[in-house]
Amino acid sequence: MRYSALKILKEGLTGNKGWKPVWREPEPKKEYDVIIIGGGGHGLATAYYLSKVYGVTNVAVLEKGWIGSGNVGRNTTIIRSNYMLPGNQPFYEMSLKLWEGLEQDFNYNAMVSQRSILNLFHSDGQRDAFVRRANAMMLSDAGAELADAAQLRRELPFLDFDNARFPIKGGLYQRRGGTVRHDAVAWGFARGADMNGVDIIQNCEVTGFHIENGVCTGVETNKGPIKANKVASCVAGSSSRVMALAGMRLPIESHVLQAFVTEGLKPTLPGVITFGAGHFYVSQSDKGGLVFGGDIDGYNTYAQCGNLPVVEDVAEGGMAIMPMIGRARLLRSWGGLMDMSMDGSPFIDKTHVEGLFFNGGWCYGGFKATPASGYCYAHLLAKDEPHPNATEMRLDRFISGHIIDEKGQGNQPNLH
Amino acid sequence: MIINHPLLGPRDAAEFVYLGDAALIDRPDPSVADAAEKFHEYGYLRDNPAGEHQELWYHEQGDRSWLVVTRNTLSHEISKVELARDVAVARGRGR
Ligand SMILES: Cc1cc2nc3c(=O)[nH]c(=O)nc-3n(C[C@H](O)[C@H](O)[C@H](O)COP(=O)(O)OP(=O)(O)OC[C@H]3O[C@@H](n4cnc5c(N)ncnc54)[C@H](O)[C@@H]3O)c2cc1C
Repeated sequence: MRYSALKILKEGLTGNKGWKPVWREPEPKKEYDVIIIGGGGHGLATAYYLSKVYGVTNVAVLEKGWIGSGNVGRNTTIIRSNYMLPGNQPFYEMSLKLWEGLEQDFNYNAMVSQRSILNLFHSDGQRDAFVRRANAMMLSDAGAELADAAQLRRELPFLDFDNARFPIKGGLYQRRGGTVRHDAVAWGFARGADMNGVDIIQNCEVTGFHIENGVCTGVETNKGPIKANKVASCVAGSSSRVMALAGMRLPIESHVLQAFVTEGLKPTLPGVITFGAGHFYVSQSDKGGLVFGGDIDGYNTYAQCGNLPVVEDVAEGGMAIMPMIGRARLLRSWGGLMDMSMDGSPFIDKTHVEGLFFNGGWCYGGFKATPASGYCYAHLLAKDEPHPNATEMRLDRFISGHIIDEKGQGNQPNLH
Repeated sequence: MIINHPLLGPRDAAEFVYLGDAALIDRPDPSVADAAEKFHEYGYLRDNPAGEHQELWYHEQGDRSWLVVTRNTLSHEISKVELARDVAVARGRGR
């Protein structure tokens, strides 16, 4: 079933009785060419691109809960490609380009909205750093634009420009950045993969690997054993738990990141705004709620719920740049599990076990990466070699010394 | 979270800075033949368990002591708090 304006009109006139579920609910087969563990954004995107671009259709996605129950349905929906290092920036720019054509490509409304992202700066030193970043962005064709305080005063009069501690001196715009309806990303990729023959199997938890003589031949699940030529883990915050089943220790700690949304308000924020002197980012959803967040809580956890000190810190960040936010009432807050890596950058790689692949370490920034992560992982699975834009996202980079540390924080995951 | 400091009693976790797995106490011997590998494991690889976890917290806004906190990463329940110095000495470190 393809969506089109005509179809909507027809359904509207005939009582909307013709809409059908957009993916099947199959029982697992005994064997697949590729098993993808984890029905989050990245797992579903991998299945979609495997089946669409690389012609591998005998694929199952195994999800322990329901698809979209993980981070893909919990994030603050920001997309951007304003990274700096060569190991990252071409990859994120590839992702932004894929977002730009995604809805036409998978025929699903994901509400991709390039409403811009603005990173505020508050000192001369920070402006210099942002100019440097802007240059790196322009090298990868991502587009970047520096705005001075006068321009921002005209565009965003509600910001606290003359804050005594953190006066706003200007900002770095990426006009192509923005937001995407996160659940629709999971649903769109799921529907696309399903139409190409991929089995999406929900409530199916992987509980072990079948590894014989260093070769992975399948997985054990709560629905019984399933064989596969290739097994691809894609479980974000659960990465260490799942890969431990294959005897691996990862350069990853699991942390919680919280997000917040206010009651619906009239349109006030044109795009995404981030604070440069603390960690705070905010945008306004199409329903009108201000969606915002800040730092991770900072300690190892699998609890999917955070603590109050970070709530206070996030609220302070909001008050420091846009005091009007203090008038808005908070509607909901929640948390999701972050796979924080040792240098703040992700992995898309083979493992020491033949036929077992790993995708993870996305930290708090993997939503924007969803299409490129799926594309590059599919490439690796289909061709047995990394996609040119993901060659540096290796698991052995800490021993080889080729780390990708955007912030230069070292091996301290809660600082990335 | 409230951390029951062995010397100061119950303190708000917000007074502390979190470092990570208490295995960081067990720094490898730099003179062994496979030291590079050992330091890679020490510096970069983590067990990251779901359940009981021994971890290092630094009382930055308090008495500046390092603590080993045993905490459940699923429930955040803290079952044991020790001075890191005591743990390190018990594991054979000089201090
Ligand atoms: C509060 C919050 C805000 C964020 N904001 C942003 C943002 O603004 N921009 C951005 O780019 N990124 C953001 N992120 C990060 C982003 O959401 C994640 O990096 C990304 O979604 C992770 O990839 P995923 O979608 O595949 O993960 P998930 O959706 O978490 O998918 C992993 C799946 O694996 C499943 N699974 C786990 N174990 C098993 C098992 N044993 N067997 C089978 N299945 C299993 C889980 O149930 C889950 O569904 C945010 C995250 C959070 C929590």
